[in-house]
Amino acid sequence: MDKRVTFRHRLLPWLLLAPQLAVTALFFLWPAAEAVWQSAFLPDPWGTKAIFVGFDNFTFLFGDPNYRESFAVTAIFSFSVAALSMGLALALAVGADRVIKGSGLYRNLLVWPYAVAPAIAGVLWLFMFNPSIGLVAYYLKALGYNWNHVLHGGEAMTLVVIAAAWKQISYNFLFFLAGLQAIPRSLIEAAAIDGAGAGRRFWTIIFPLLSPTTFFLLVVNVVYAFFDTFGIIHIVTGGGPQRDTTTLVYKVFSDGYEGQDLGSSAAQSVILLVVVGILTVIQFRWVERRVHY
Amino acid sequence: MAGITLTSVQKSYGATRVIHGVDLDVADGEFIVIVGPSGCGKSTLLRMVAGLEWITEGEIAIGGRRVNELEPKDRDIAMVFQNYALYPHMSVYRNMAYGLRIAGLPKQEIDARVQKAAQMLQLGDYLDRKPRALSGGQRQRVAMGRAIVREPSAFLFDEPLSNLDAKLRVQMRLEIKELQRSLGITALYVTHDQVEAMTLADRLVVMNAGVAEQIGRPIDVYARPATTFVAGFIGSPAMNILDADGAGGAVRLAGHEIPVSAEVSGQLSGPVQLGIRPEHLHPCGEGEATFLLRVGLVESLGADAIVHGRLDGTATPFAARLPGTAPISEGDLLPLRSAPEDHHLFDRETGRRVG
Repeated sequence: MDKRVTFRHRLLPWLLLAPQLAVTALFFLWPAAEAVWQSAFLPDPWGTKAIFVGFDNFTFLFGDPNYRESFAVTAIFSFSVAALSMGLALALAVGADRVIKGSGLYRNLLVWPYAVAPAIAGVLWLFMFNPSIGLVAYYLKALGYNWNHVLHGGEAMTLVVIAAAWKQISYNFLFFLAGLQAIPRSLIEAAAIDGAGAGRRFWTIIFPLLSPTTFFLLVVNVVYAFFDTFGIIHIVTGGGPQRDTTTLVYKVFSDGYEGQDLGSSAAQSVILLVVVGILTVIQFRWVERRVHY
Repeated sequence: MAGITLTSVQKSYGATRVIHGVDLDVADGEFIVIVGPSGCGKSTLLRMVAGLEWITEGEIAIGGRRVNELEPKDRDIAMVFQNYALYPHMSVYRNMAYGLRIAGLPKQEIDARVQKAAQMLQLGDYLDRKPRALSGGQRQRVAMGRAIVREPSAFLFDEPLSNLDAKLRVQMRLEIKELQRSLGITALYVTHDQVEAMTLADRLVVMNAGVAEQIGRPIDVYARPATTFVAGFIGSPAMNILDADGAGGAVRLAGHEIPVSAEVSGQLSGPVQLGIRPEHLHPCGEGEATFLLRVGLVESLGADAIVHGRLDGTATPFAARLPGTAPISEGDLLPLRSAPEDHHLFDRETGRRVG
């Protein structure tokens, strides 16, 4: 049976599509085109006119050690955020899957962080880890560790990773929990009768069957770490100390708005666009093959 | 290989008791079928033997060893689930080998066992396939294979055939029986299908509302049902069960006397229920009739016909199974005769068999 809907009117399908197309055009196609256009210009120091430079902005970027460093920072940051938020979310979901009484309450409480705006989440963690007034910093000091993310790059990275991952745990948790509950109980019981202990059941049965969820979340989390973490980094570290937490997307902002180098900033966002595109293709091509649906 | 002993096994969820003390002694190599309507606790009972449900009270022993506190993996049993519970991401081979690999058997031993089981179940050509590429019957066989390779003390079956179509069900039923015979493994089999129950079982356990109403050989359960529930549940079409008066050693139904065996009549005292199976009714002349059936609907099955209707002059539903295609139509009055030894009598209060 043909389940396609056929419209008698030619215009109606376009009208129905129009809102979505308008949003895509307004917030994606137009700015993207603008970025591509601007990436070919170099504004003069006073911002009065722009000189056409072709691909010079790109050539300069690839020769710039700061930019290459920013790539490394982004890689470390994204990997850490995805691993930490997905790992913790999975652990929480496995725990919540076992709870029968009061599971609704648990789930609701665990979802809350997702509703917190990135900047607020950043401030929250910033206060806790503030070297002079933060509670966590205070306790760390009591334990003999002198926390100061304003001075140490590694600590700054740790802090933004924690803050960024914390916000994403709720989202991942929801999907992991739904994924876990979709696994038939009898499979796990069969494995128990086959002699597998809890750990073995998890790694040989549950985790492979969860792989479609894991794959989906991997894509979402990497994109999140690339783009949506700007607010957190801006509030918590401002990209510092010494560019140690300047991710690609943060560099777009700091070069464009703080450095007023709109051409380079535009070129960077074009590169970023391409990188995310490639990453997504890779994920679908290679990772999907190992996914059991 | 080993027997299974259940001693007053009970199960409660909070204050709700679902199994009210079941006693069962399964001999080594015996095929026991637990049958009952849905919600009677039969699956729960099986899952308690498997170790998937805690035992609230009583004791379960497998091979003379108390297993109440043991994990499923330590009970030396294998289970076949209703939905087969095959691991969808593993090949047929790996599905069967899973338990053996966990047990840490050497590779050659695993391979030998899997190949042997695959051959026995005609799965040799499918070992590399994923379960989703198999038909229902083949999946069923893989589930069986996974149980066989472990060489357990006992097989547990939880309605293994209910997801198959009717024809395949008959075929798999035979295969299961033959397999169990040739391997000589003790089997506990749960079903709601009385044909499966009758054909597979060495002994039947008929369960109702958490109680084992009767335990016995299928033919004995059929011939001498212990309660009205068993009488109505085993046999198709179901036994006719009629309210009758049993005072003074004679059974009276709507005024006229129904002959019963002398052994029974001595034990009669008050209100009873009279049971008569549709297949034990025979057409006869009006003078020798035990029952007069006002014909309603006739279901012709070819070899025989099931005549539904009401006892003449009453609203009591009544059915008879008559050989061939008798020329009967709605509204006819059909005189039927039955032998006294085919009349089952039950105490109307307790529902238990009299005599």
